[in-house]
Order: sequence, then C-alpha cells, then structure tokens
Amino acid sequence: MDEIKEVLLEVLSELHPDVNFETEDELVERKIIDSFDIVTIIARIDEEFDVAIPADKIVPEHFNSMEALAQLVSELLDE
Amino acid sequence: MQNHVLDYLYETVDRVPEKPAFVDEKETLTFRGLYDTLHSVATNLMQGGYAHEPILVFMDKSVRTIATFFGVIASGCFYVPIDEEMPAARIKLILENCKPRLMICDETTIEKAQTFAGDTKCVVYEDVIRTQPEYEKVREICRNAMDIDPIYIVFTSGSTGVPKGVAACHRSVIDYVEQLSETLGFSEDTVFGNQSPLYFDACLKELYPTIKFGATTYLVPRQLFMFPAKLVEYLNEKKINTICWVVSALTMISAYGTFEQIRPQYLKTVAFGSEVFPKKQFKLWREALPDAHFTNLYGPTECTGMSCYFHVERSLEDDEPIPIGRPFKNTQILLLNDEGKLVTGEEPGEICIRGTCVTLGYYNNPEKTSEAFVQNPLQSAYPELIYKTGDLGRYNERGELVFVSRKDYQIKHMGHRIELGEIEANVNSVDGVKLCGCIYYKEKERIILYYVGDPDKAALMAELKEMLPRYMLPNRIEKLEEMPFTANGKINRVRLKEMYEEMLAEKKRK
Repeated sequence: MDEIKEVLLEVLSELHPDVNFETEDELVERKIIDSFDIVTIIARIDEEFDVAIPADKIVPEHFNSMEALAQLVSELLDE
Repeated sequence: MQNHVLDYLYETVDRVPEKPAFVDEKETLTFRGLYDTLHSVATNLMQGGYAHEPILVFMDKSVRTIATFFGVIASGCFYVPIDEEMPAARIKLILENCKPRLMICDETTIEKAQTFAGDTKCVVYEDVIRTQPEYEKVREICRNAMDIDPIYIVFTSGSTGVPKGVAACHRSVIDYVEQLSETLGFSEDTVFGNQSPLYFDACLKELYPTIKFGATTYLVPRQLFMFPAKLVEYLNEKKINTICWVVSALTMISAYGTFEQIRPQYLKTVAFGSEVFPKKQFKLWREALPDAHFTNLYGPTECTGMSCYFHVERSLEDDEPIPIGRPFKNTQILLLNDEGKLVTGEEPGEICIRGTCVTLGYYNNPEKTSEAFVQNPLQSAYPELIYKTGDLGRYNERGELVFVSRKDYQIKHMGHRIELGEIEANVNSVDGVKLCGCIYYKEKERIILYYVGDPDKAALMAELKEMLPRYMLPNRIEKLEEMPFTANGKINRVRLKEMYEEMLAEKKRK
C-alpha cells in the first residue's frame, strides 16, 4: 500500500506540484483536478501498475484523495 | 432577407413560447423567458448609453449567460465572453485590447471582477434584469442593425503571449448556422447536449440553431465530463439526441469500457472536431451507436465556427485519418503552395478559406490581422480577403480534404487551440526563469515544459496558475541545468522530445 501511495504521489505531483496531496481530500469538489487530469491520472496508473480503471470505478468517490485512489488501485490489483 | 441573428428568435418565440430553450442545473429558460430577459438586458444597456461597443460578459456558465449574450446583441453591442476561471493577469490583457466600458458579472464572479476591472464599470446580472423591458425600442435597434457589424469577440491563444480577439458579424454567423443546420439536419426535435464552454465560438453550434428551430439545449454540467458512466446516464435522462463535442470528451466515454455497462439511448447525431479521432475509439462509438450519424467538423475560429464537414459513412482504412471532407455550401477551400498558387494532385498546401464565413479579423490588432487575413492571391481585380489557417492539408484520391499538420507551434490539446509560444512567453516572465522550451507529446497528449532557472517546479506551477487558463497549464514540468540548443542557437525541441521519451523508457525499465 505504501508503495502504491508513493507512486501515486509522484503521478499527482507531476500534474500539480503546488498541491499537498497527503492532506487534500476534496480534489473533485474543490476543482483541484479536472477532466484533463482524470484522463492523465488513469493513463499514468495504467503505465505504472498495468491496471485499467473501468468506467464504473471512475466516480468522484475514488478520485477525491490520494488515499481513496490508492485504495482503488490496491483493490484492482487484488482482483 | 434576414440580416440579424435574433430574427431567428423573434419568429420562434411566437411559435413555441413555452418550450424550454436552454436548461442548466439550476434553471430552465423558455423561449418566452429568454425573450423577456434579453430585452431587459438590452434595455438596460440602451438606457446606459451603450451602443456599437464591446461588453464583457464575465459569468459562471449558465442559461443566464446565454440570455446576456443575446441581450448585448439586441442592444447593438457585441459580447466578449470571458472564462470565469481565467486568471486575472490574462483577463487584463484582454481588457487592454478591447477597452470595454462595461462588464456584466453575476453574484459568483463580481468579487473577482473588481480585482482587475480598472476603469471598466462592473454590473451584476441580477440587477440588470430588473430593468423594465422596452420591447419596441429594442426592436427598433434590431431593425436598424447592419449585418456587417460584429456580434461577438472571442479570444484565442496568441504566440507572443497576448491573446487575439476574433470579431464576427451577423452575416457570418447566419451563414454558419444555415449551413451547419442543413449539414447536420437540425430541427425543432433536436435536443442538444452542450459540452463546449460559452467563451469559445464552439458553442455557436447549439446557441443559434436552438433559437432558429425552437430546439432545446441542455448545458451538461462540466463535472460530468470527468465521470463517463454518469455522463451517459445524464444523456439518457435528458433524452439528448444531438451532441457536437470535442474528441477528448467522446473518448472519455469510450476509453474505459463505459459502453459495456451503459449506452446512450437517444443519440442520433454525433459531430466532433478540433482534433484527430483515434480510430480505435471511433470504432467503439460506431459499434455502440450503429444507427447514429457521425460527422467530422473542421474549421478555425477566424472563419466562424466550422468550415468543413465529413459524414463518416464509408469504411476507412486502419491507417487512414478521418478526412475533413469538403467545405460547407458558400465556403471555399483554397489549398495554396508557398508561391500562393493552387496545388495539384495530392500535393499538400496551406488551407486557406474564402467566403462569408471569414470574420472581421483580430479586434484592435491590424498587424496580426494583416498577416492572416490577406488578399486572395488568385485574383487582383478587386479587394477580397481570404483567411490563411496555418494548417497544411491535401486532397486524397477520392478528392476529400485531409488535414496534414500545422505550419507552426500551434497545437490542439483536449479540444483547445493553444500556441506553445504563449505558454513559453508566460513562463519566461516568471522571476528567475532563464530559459524555457515547451513541447507537445502527441502520442500521450501531454504538454511538457522544460526550463532553466531558480524557482522550483511547485513555485513555477503556482505562478503559472495565476497567468494561464487551466487548459494551457503544462501536464509536466522538468527543471534542467542546461537547455539543449540547435547548431544555429535555437532551443532544440527535437532533443527535448527525445529527452522526454528517454524518461518514459527509463520508467518502463523500472
């Protein structure tokens, strides 16, 4: 899990080096990430973990924080 | 003969007054409601002594913004829509260019507006529409209007760092609405799902056909474009049958297996443009909607929305890009070589456009205007301007026009037209930045910025957010010790691209 978080932090920080992703938990509501970012994040997760996020998992709940995203990746890796 | 865009509405409002014209998350404007509201706005401007001048519209995307646009036109002025999320520094450049005396805001934007307004007076929509409409006086202004007068200015990226304002008149917009409607078969039964922001000409596709036919447009909440399954649910719930979207919005749906779970049930017309549609994604769309009509559109803002279309009806080779096809009626494409002569056969040439669609040029910018809007080199007998797009195209063996590439550093990123030079000019203006070079990595659709200088990546990004609209922000920033140069001293973009590829390869190995 820590390893997943580390990689996600790198991915997210590439997009917004000025945001503290360790604490931010309203990435969608506060419009910190937008549709461009979602596309990039999904593509980068695919590159890094070889995991495809299906449409039914692309919902705000999974993208609001690094923690939630890490949880999702971890679940998908277990499947 | 129709010479005013609002003549569309004047006919429609009598026919279907109670039908919803524009719908957003909070409110529905019927044609009657739209008609009344726009007359209040126009009356307010008229009483304030505004005429034949730019009026800034700085509002959250909503049906109210649309009513404001039409109200500005009815008063004889022209609207200048501004992205409510655009950083103040860039809006200031726009203010310097068009020097508006008035800006219409709403309750969510007024505070921000006052930080950059300067001499421009700010009023709030909620106050403006309290004005008692004087229908007859407004109609009188419309009756006396000239179709060669501008109705809007939209700002587009400029390579020197200063945005350029494209001004279009009634006649160009009417021509576009007529040709587009015929090509895509709009009617009173059309239910549009609008995706494009209101501060670009892309939204003309929904705004004007809606008032022409008495159709209905839903402004799709922007957040939904992040969440594909929810987006399709929305299309179904609103029974949307027509969408004119950028390719990246369509691939957002098809790329993640959305169609395996849910499909659009009512969509009949799918138009797209501004970017190359990846074949694999296009196939998924066609399989999901076998009975829908798909049309590729192409055209620059400088020629009022779109200029060319291609109905995707025949099968395409795997390596064949979707053609941009042929121009609308009353529009002509000239493919010109470097000597200003028509190319022959399948030879590529610059796509140049002639017709009523050619706009008035860049507002308050004769220099840039004269570079791109030029005398038709094929005849010198009388004045006739054509627009040079800077796009290279060629005809394929079937005689269909195909896009080849850009002549310069302009890119299309997620449907937005961006000059890499504008990003670089802004980066160079940041304290401590010595050099920078921006590249677009097409394969992954990413803008990558390389720079040399003092600020760290986070500080630089924070500064850029104050200067550039969101869609122009680099997707990745890399700090360098030294910038690679070419033999003749220019920043070596080819090398920068290689460096990015090396970094990707490095990642893969890990």
